[in-house]
Amino acid sequence: MSDSKQSITDKPIDNYRRKFLGQLAAVTATGALGSNLILHNFAEARPADQAVTSNVRYGLLIDTSKCGDGCNACVTACNEENGLQDLDRPETDAQWIRTVKLKDKSTARTVSLPMMCQHCEFPPCVDVCPTGASFKRADGIVLVDKHLCIGCRYCMMACPYKARSFIHEELTGQVQGIPRGKGTVESCTLCVHRVDKGERPACVEACEKDGHKALIFGDLKDPTSDIAKRVSTEASTQVRGDLRLNPGVRYQGI
Amino acid sequence: MNKVMNVEIFKSISWTKSALITLMLICLPAQAGVPMPDIPKGKGDKCVEETSLMRTDHMEMILHQRDETVHKGIRTKKHSFKECINCHAVKDENNLPVSYKSPKHFCNSCHTYAAVKIDCFECHASRPDNNKLNRTNSTVKRSKTNLQ
Repeated sequence: MSDSKQSITDKPIDNYRRKFLGQLAAVTATGALGSNLILHNFAEARPADQAVTSNVRYGLLIDTSKCGDGCNACVTACNEENGLQDLDRPETDAQWIRTVKLKDKSTARTVSLPMMCQHCEFPPCVDVCPTGASFKRADGIVLVDKHLCIGCRYCMMACPYKARSFIHEELTGQVQGIPRGKGTVESCTLCVHRVDKGERPACVEACEKDGHKALIFGDLKDPTSDIAKRVSTEASTQVRGDLRLNPGVRYQGI
Repeated sequence: MNKVMNVEIFKSISWTKSALITLMLICLPAQAGVPMPDIPKGKGDKCVEETSLMRTDHMEMILHQRDETVHKGIRTKKHSFKECINCHAVKDENNLPVSYKSPKHFCNSCHTYAAVKIDCFECHASRPDNNKLNRTNSTVKRSKTNLQ
């Protein structure tokens, strides 16, 4: 693990590496209980001047059995964090997360789950984008570069999860750091502005705050992260796994 | 390394431009009655680069940083658009930062004068986001419509 982290930079010794080595020493000195926590923090502490690398892959694990009945906390938190406005037009209003109810007709079992951009390893939205606006970051987060987006909406048609929204109207009052404007397509960014600061997405924090802890965010490539441990020991599924897009969002209990 | 080179490139390109602008500024007061833009001062002593360089090449810096941030997740503050907005915020009579629609807005004050239309603020917030004051209405009432 230390090799992969160190190869983030080619510089012989820089502050990032020095900090890493320092933290490694701290981890060694700490007991087994505390070490996970420190490593976890380290994994997310990327300096602002260094580019994202493919040494990490961010993902979500959603345990639908822990979702509260009728709970909408993740959706509300997403809307507030990203300044999604309610224009009272449900057909066209932007929706980065939506709650979906599934019902098994033969057993009448119903499951409610949050559905958002699945941050595929092989995203069809990127394949069809004619301008290169739809792209996947090195760390696996699928985004729209709105400077390049021409609003053709091919990506919306290509996405099997219906995860993307199109902005139909002029907007005002956008949140600083989350640009949104008429004529562009958008979707869940995995709260990339927070992730870049080493924080977790707003939906994950809101879910934990409500006491459900149904959403876990982390680096799927870091074997010490909570999410990697869970997916390696417990059963989880990818929605429409048959499409072989390898989504970074996985579900349990569906 | 890259950044240093970029600034050098900005500087070399900007030399001719800044010479022209300086010439213009020298000539302008000579013509009586020519109005000059009223450009509000930013916070602190000086900007992140020389004022002459900022005048001619601020758009190149923002453009460069834009791609670094969106595609590589590099979020250094020096040439960040957000920091431009934070530092050059102009307050109104209620002590609240004005938006781009106001003629007092830093960007607007010069861009209106120079007749250069920009579309940054069709998507980006044109004022600092203190306590989310930008979002006074119409946000976060969606719980009912989302339960589909």
